[in-house]
Order: sequence, then structure tokens, then C-alpha cells
Amino acid sequence: MLALLVLGSAFPLYWAILASFTPEARLFGGPSLLPSELVLDHYRALFTQRNFWIPIRNSLIVAGTTTAFCVAVGALCAYALARLQFRGKFALLGFILAVGMFPQISVVSPLYMLLRSLGLINTYPGLVLPYLTFAMPLTVWLLVGFFRQLPAELEEAAMVDGASRLRAFGEVIVPLALPGLATTAILTFVYSWNEFLFALSFTLGPERQTVPVAIALFRGMYQVPWGQILAAAVVATLPVTLLVLAFQRRIVQGLTAGAVKG
Amino acid sequence: MHLHDLRMPWLGRPFVGLSNYLEAVGDPRFRGALWHTLFFAATSVSLELLIGLWLALALNQAFRGRGLVRAAVLVPWAIPTVVSALLWRFMFEGQTGIVNAALVDIGLMREPIVWFIQPGTAWVPVILADVWKTTPFVALLLLAGLQNIDASLYEAARIDGASAWRQFRHVTLPLLKPAILVALIFRTLDAFRVFDLIYALTGGGPGTSTEPIALYTFNALLQNLQFGYGSALSVIVFVVTFGLAMIYIRFLGAELMGSRR
Repeated sequence: MLALLVLGSAFPLYWAILASFTPEARLFGGPSLLPSELVLDHYRALFTQRNFWIPIRNSLIVAGTTTAFCVAVGALCAYALARLQFRGKFALLGFILAVGMFPQISVVSPLYMLLRSLGLINTYPGLVLPYLTFAMPLTVWLLVGFFRQLPAELEEAAMVDGASRLRAFGEVIVPLALPGLATTAILTFVYSWNEFLFALSFTLGPERQTVPVAIALFRGMYQVPWGQILAAAVVATLPVTLLVLAFQRRIVQGLTAGAVKG
Repeated sequence: MHLHDLRMPWLGRPFVGLSNYLEAVGDPRFRGALWHTLFFAATSVSLELLIGLWLALALNQAFRGRGLVRAAVLVPWAIPTVVSALLWRFMFEGQTGIVNAALVDIGLMREPIVWFIQPGTAWVPVILADVWKTTPFVALLLLAGLQNIDASLYEAARIDGASAWRQFRHVTLPLLKPAILVALIFRTLDAFRVFDLIYALTGGGPGTSTEPIALYTFNALLQNLQFGYGSALSVIVFVVTFGLAMIYIRFLGAELMGSRR
């Protein structure tokens, strides 16, 4: 039964990978579960005609920048929330969670106007800034959880020895929290890589579109290039799948501990 | 996309009071979109919870290859939603697509059907794609909840002669309730904002018969350039989601501050 379920969950992906190597003419010519003739046409077309490396580059830049920024700033913010006592701390935590759960569609129109007046429509910062609205709360929320698990005595000892709080954070906490930081970075990257609505709304043409947007807009007016779509799907899925498989144990921890986004 | 045609609405825009909201109430497409969203959320979330619970119970047992199973269920979660939408569109597409071929082959259907021209059948791949993609997440949340249950409780129940069903009913279910609630609220919030999946899978079609509220709002804003009306719709989405989110914050916030060190 469980084996059946695993097969079921793996099948759509298997089918897409198989189809991405099948000649276009045979895609709907009576399916067979095993490959009969494999070709690289779709992948070749993807990178020569479609210039698919452009959306890949865009996605890497946008998701990478978002992740780096979120982890760097989010770590400081989360450390303060986890360790310091100040008024309104719980309200702030609740507020961060609320921002993270804000429906994206509700902020598309104000963000559009804002980005437009800043001249940031169809630019990389014009995607990274909106991405922070969902990625930063996720990062902070996850990291607060990770920092709380570390014993406070460690940095207290460092501070008794004369280190400033910032130094204690940098030299004691960060190295200890590295696994948590890595998990957070991976989750943030996956969410940013997969994001669609903002990327669709705030880009105008292929030169700044991210991978999901480029794939969704592949459909032609009269025909759907399924072979190329599926090849692109495989390429888009590869990086996140590899990350997830490599770090599955940690990701499960992060997802269930922080659980801010679905 | 006609983003570049946008006028600048903040330069000159009459104040119209509540008329955009009144328009929404009387707009059949809006009411349709609201109904589609509710239908989608109710159907997919209940399926995901049921299958997710079953999967979590199975994964909680120690068995060979458990890591492999966990990896296999994580992959759909990691795939971009747009991509999973297109995978399912491909499988249901055409007279000779894999789904049509398989259903005819095993005798469940006499002849292939065109899934995407009728509202009733167009929902099938939409729901399936969502269940496929998000059940792993639900299962992982519930699994974490299961692993927190003290094993000695089951031992005690067994000594008292409780059957497997009674153990599930009187030990597992009550103790798993918080995790189930978190998963439920999460998924409902998410399902309520569904956009990518339907945009790429049916485009809201046929007609507007699978169009959810987020897609209608997006179309009003960025396709029809009704900035005022679209913004009113997005505020409605916000208010409804906010109501749901408040429940969630109360719940999860209390847990974070209470039970963790």
C-alpha cells in the first residue's frame, strides 16, 4: 500500500522526465510506460531557441540575493527576539507571523504602484524587495526557534570573558547555529525559487522573468510545445529536488518546527 | 500582460466611497470566484488531511526504506507549483494522454473524455495536483505531532486490552489534535489564496468556471486594469484571510511562547 503511494507520488515526475526525452510527434501517440526512442531535441531547443538560461540566471540571482539578505539580517533580528527582553516583543513576533501569512494577491497592487514610482518594475531589486515580504518573516520565525534551542550560558560565558554581545553572537552562536542557518537558507531559497505571483506581476519581458514565469508563459497562441515545457519543468525542478534530497532530514525539521508557509 | 499600459491611478482618481465593494457583492463573477475558492479549499484540504494522517501513521512505524519514502514524498513539495500544475495538465491533456489511456485501458471509461471543456471534469486535475503537492507537508506536520506522543501511553492502553482502533481513537487522535489543527489552518489559508496552480493548469477555464478569487483579482488588476475594483477585491481577500490567520496566530503563538523553552 505504502509502496503504491510512493509510486503514485513519483509517477508524474517520472512521466514528465520520460516525455521530455520523447519526440514531439509521439507525445500523444498512445502512451507506453517504457521509453522507446529517446531524443535530446527538447533540451537543445530549450537552450538554443528559448534561451532558457536567461530565466535560470534570473532565478538564481533573485532567489540567491533574497536568501543571502534574509539570513544575514534575519539572524540578527531573530537573535534579538530569542535572547533580549524588551517591551512589545510578543506583539512583534505575532506581527512578523501575520506579515508572513499576508495573502500575496492583496499586496500586488500597492507593491506595483510602489515599485513603479521607484522605477523598479522589471528589475532584480524589484523582485528581491517584494520577496522579502514573505521570505523575511519565514527566516526570522525559523531562526528564533533554532536560537532558542541553544543554551544562553554559552554567550554569557563569552561576555564574562569580555566579548561584546555582537562578538559573542558572531563567534559563539553563529557557528553553533550553522545547521539551523543552513536549513533556513535552503527553505528560503526553495520558496523564492518557486515564487510565481510577484514574478509574474512585476516583470514585463523575458529578460527579467524567473523560471516559473517563463515556463507558465511557454504556451503558444495555437499550440502548446509540451516537449519543451516538460524539459523546462525538469530543469526547473532539478536544483530544488537535489537540495531537498541532500538535506531531507533537516528540511523536515525546519518545516515542522517553523511551519510558517505551506 | 499589458502592465506598461497602466495609467497612474494616484494622479487623478475620484473617491468612490464603497461603490467598488457594492459592485463586488453584485458581481456574479466575483460570487462565482468566491464559491470556487471555498469548494477548492474544502475538497482539497479534507483529502489532504485524510491522506496525510494515514501517511503519517504509516511513516511513524519503523520500517526498512523509511528514509526513501520520506524523500519520495518530499519531492512533490519542493517542485514549483507552476511546474506541478503543468505536469498534471500534461497527464490529463488530449484524447490519448496517459490518464485517458489508462482509464480506458482498465475499463473505467468507455471512451476518452476531454477533461478541460467541462467545469465538473476540469476540477479533477486541479484537486489532484494540489493533493499530490501538499499532502507531504501535511503528513510531515502530523508525523512531528505523532512523534511527540509518549509511547508508554500505548503500552498502558495495550495492557488494558484496547484494540488498535480504540488506541487510535482514544490516545492518538486527542493528542494529535493540536497538530491536526495547525495543519488544517495552514492548508485552509493556503488553499484560500490559490493562484499559481490554477493559473497554469486551467487558466480559470473553461470560461471562468474554475477561477478562484486570487486569479479573478489578478485579472481585474493586471489584465483589465481595473485598479480600483481589483484593489477592493484584494482587500476582501485580505479580510477573509486575516480572520483565518488570527485564529492561527492565537493558536501557534501561544504554542511558541508557552511550550518552548
